[in-house]
Amino acid sequence: MAEFKLPSNSRITEGKKFPAPAGARNTKTFRVYRWKQEDDKNPQVDEYVIDLDECGPMVLDALIKIKNEIDPTLTFRRSCREGICGSCAMNIDGTNTLACIKGIEEVKGDVVNIYPLPHMPVIRDLVPDLDNFYAQYASIEPWMQAKTPPPPDRERLQSREDRAKIDGLYECILCACCSTSCPSYWWNGDRYLGPAVLLQAYRWIVDSRDENTGHRLDALEDPFKLYRCHTIMNCTNTCPKGLNPGKAIGEIKKLMMERKL
Amino acid sequence: MTFRTPLKQVRGLGAARDGVAHWWHQRLSAVALIVLVLLAAARIVSLAGEDYATVKAALGQPFWAGVLILFLATAYYHFRLGLQVVIEDYVHGPAARLTMIVLNIFVTAALAVASILAVLKLVFGG
Repeated sequence: MAEFKLPSNSRITEGKKFPAPAGARNTKTFRVYRWKQEDDKNPQVDEYVIDLDECGPMVLDALIKIKNEIDPTLTFRRSCREGICGSCAMNIDGTNTLACIKGIEEVKGDVVNIYPLPHMPVIRDLVPDLDNFYAQYASIEPWMQAKTPPPPDRERLQSREDRAKIDGLYECILCACCSTSCPSYWWNGDRYLGPAVLLQAYRWIVDSRDENTGHRLDALEDPFKLYRCHTIMNCTNTCPKGLNPGKAIGEIKKLMMERKL
Repeated sequence: MTFRTPLKQVRGLGAARDGVAHWWHQRLSAVALIVLVLLAAARIVSLAGEDYATVKAALGQPFWAGVLILFLATAYYHFRLGLQVVIEDYVHGPAARLTMIVLNIFVTAALAVASILAVLKLVFGG
């Protein structure tokens, strides 16, 4: 059955508390999920009180400040710090988003809760294991497939209208915020491809230059790979890039019907 | 250790090439039920408090018996499709899942036949 309660070794306990530095007036409390395999203990939430006057504006700035100045063992992924690499995807204040483009001020109240992406195996602290997610992406063959060779002297052409069809799709950075916010993905993530991968699949299905549309639809026509989507729309709600995976999945379902009727 | 790559596991047995009909029938039956539920409910409510002979005479008419049979058949079909989705979502493990899906088919079929026989009894019964 679906699990509605965390297994006993995953239940979260209170961890260490790091108070604000002396003299800090503008503070905010960051409660951060901590776990590492070697400790052989349940995960815990550590509490860091940060002086916002000495910290950059984004949640990622606070995490880097904690790692640099308070607790160098804190582990998280980050790279571009401008919302294009997708590395720092995590659950902040109850919503999956990118730490680098989430302003500390956007979080109401005195406490910022930070957890790894939900329902994924944790490697350490805020770092989830995304092997399955990346394999799912590879499984939709995310590259141009065409029998017809490109013209010898130029690129494959595309009309402005056709190019516009991949707007709202090509911007996906595969941060996995949407897939890990989806209850269907939580319960059946081993077989359901999830919103991110289905949006990417649609990006190639709708590309006017790709000649393998039918083959791509064949590969998705499955009660689990595609039809676990019940338009819950957490994906669209959480996407830090403002994209709409729910709509992309709806378009795939429409094409499945279109070739049947 | 299983020594299977993540891609091998994700690809699994491939796509079932199935699911469109289920999805389409679920939506089609939902649309049909909008009309059928309203008709059947309105007629049944209008007979509230009447004795058996009056109800039998009213619902035994071909039109209303037809509406009831269509309503029941569609409702049980829609129910079976919907419950199967719930089972696929929440029941894991191939044996448990298969058992539940088969039970779902058999039980709804039995309930549908019993309900439709009850309507036929209103039409043809003594």
